[in-house]
Amino acid sequence: MAIADPMDRSSSNAGQYVELGDEGALRLDSGTELPRFGVAYQTYGTLNADKSNAVLVCHALTGDQHAANTHPITGKLGWWEVMIGPGRPLDTDRYFIISSNVLGGCMGSTGPKEINPETGEPWALSFPVITIGDMVRAQARLLDHLGIDQLFCVIGGSMGGMQALQWASAYPERVFASVPIASAARHSAQNIAFGEVGRQAIMADRNWHGGEYHAHATTPHAGLAVARMAAHITYLSEAALHRKFGRKLQDRDSITFGFDADFQVESYLRHQGSTFVDRFDANSYLFITRAMDYFDMAVEHDGSLPAAFHKTPVRFCVISFTSDWLFPTADSREVVKALNAEAANVSFVEVETDKGHDAFLLDEPEFHKTLVGFLNGAADKRGLKKP
Amino acid sequence: MTSASARARADLRVDLLFIADLIAPGSRVLDIGCADGALLDYLSRERGADGRGIEISQAGVNACVARGLSVIQGNADTDLMDYPDDAFDYVVLSRTLQATRNPRDVLAQLVRIGRRAIVTFPNFGYWRVRWNLVANGQMPTTRLLAEPWYSTENIHLCTIRDFTQLCDDLDLRTERQVILNHTGHSTRFRSTSRFANFFGEQALFMLSRC
Repeated sequence: MAIADPMDRSSSNAGQYVELGDEGALRLDSGTELPRFGVAYQTYGTLNADKSNAVLVCHALTGDQHAANTHPITGKLGWWEVMIGPGRPLDTDRYFIISSNVLGGCMGSTGPKEINPETGEPWALSFPVITIGDMVRAQARLLDHLGIDQLFCVIGGSMGGMQALQWASAYPERVFASVPIASAARHSAQNIAFGEVGRQAIMADRNWHGGEYHAHATTPHAGLAVARMAAHITYLSEAALHRKFGRKLQDRDSITFGFDADFQVESYLRHQGSTFVDRFDANSYLFITRAMDYFDMAVEHDGSLPAAFHKTPVRFCVISFTSDWLFPTADSREVVKALNAEAANVSFVEVETDKGHDAFLLDEPEFHKTLVGFLNGAADKRGLKKP
Repeated sequence: MTSASARARADLRVDLLFIADLIAPGSRVLDIGCADGALLDYLSRERGADGRGIEISQAGVNACVARGLSVIQGNADTDLMDYPDDAFDYVVLSRTLQATRNPRDVLAQLVRIGRRAIVTFPNFGYWRVRWNLVANGQMPTTRLLAEPWYSTENIHLCTIRDFTQLCDDLDLRTERQVILNHTGHSTRFRSTSRFANFFGEQALFMLSRC
């Protein structure tokens, strides 16, 4: 197994990187195979002697492996800095945290932006369409490489929660506890619709060139920015938008009777869009949103969601947020219902907040308190030493 | 008994103590309406139980999960149907039956998903309750029924006699029964006696399918 030098890579932002495939190709749900693939990841904390304290943090659509370190491109703090660290809910004095860039991502793991070894060109749209199950398979191979048989916990919000559920379903013996946050066992029609708006915005950009923008030395910035702007609205709530911006004007005393960003909310969204394109790949956005669309755990089990968790030994903590309209509490309840049908060990909390879907990224005291309680209870059961 | 477990007992509500003593060590237990999880906590610490809870209030669920218990937000009327038959050794419903929308269905669900159901409820036939109504002509408020009529969650109150009738209707076997007086002590009354229905302030039944 070759461990490539991260500094060698075009992205050079991978953190740690491992190339896998020596022990067999990665079989994908689409039926195709990736003979070799790379996984970029970060770790925080220390793996204990019996390798029982590993926590896999799964990122959402536009996240990456930089969960608790300064982001190499944006220079900002990690996306789950509030959650990971000494004395934080994912306590690095107690747990060994692994955060990997998903298959299909664009921060170093194999994805449409990376070079296809067979052609010497970026994969672009020739990259195989991947699923949440494929992402999890790739993560399992990373754990094999790290010599970790069983995760103490797999945790994530949104698409990260889908992975947490998929892990528990596909590898029940390799997961002690699973924490899907603001997530679902299947992508809703509304969410597929939003995904399609984003994809159409990218594909409508003339700089997209059928995905071959690398060859044209361009990038579909405008399309990707619009995709991000539309998606960003779904991560918030009306109450949060109103509290943050209301109808306040941007650096001006009155409306301009034009199409400049008169309102603060417009300026904010434009900023979100324009900074996003610096760190994200448009084709990756297509592939990852598609993976979410295809996610439906029941379908893989003859239409029965409980069957996805048959006699599961995994302890679950399902968490939702009252103002999340992208992955509403009803989605989490579906998961809980299915787990109850298997008499699984499940906790479920709906956290009261007006911060919308993004609440899982924020410092929500009630959310963190619940999570700490669940993790402590599970860690005691697993026999993990207190810090 | 260690001093810690003695303290844990001292913290338990009296009807919960009686329940705890009925539950065999190492059992799978579902506590419906588990509030802050006091019984579940006690059972898992002291009896090695594999406990689960259902609680309607956000604050209650958060308190339970934060102390490491497996509890979901839900309620007896809608969520019991999700569980398979005989999923638990014991299903506990303490002082909650009278607050459900459909107590008959709930009772039937309890003995379906649990091999045994343990139910406690305030007795509306208790003499102080009767006296309240007879002497004052007002909806009774007592120690166990403290909320006034306009804000109480108790919408389906019953007497011990009403309850045993419903158990008969549902063809349930009463394995144990404890009638508690106003001091929280068990009496020797049988649930079918007039005395039980008059002097019992609350009742506990352990039921199973016939």
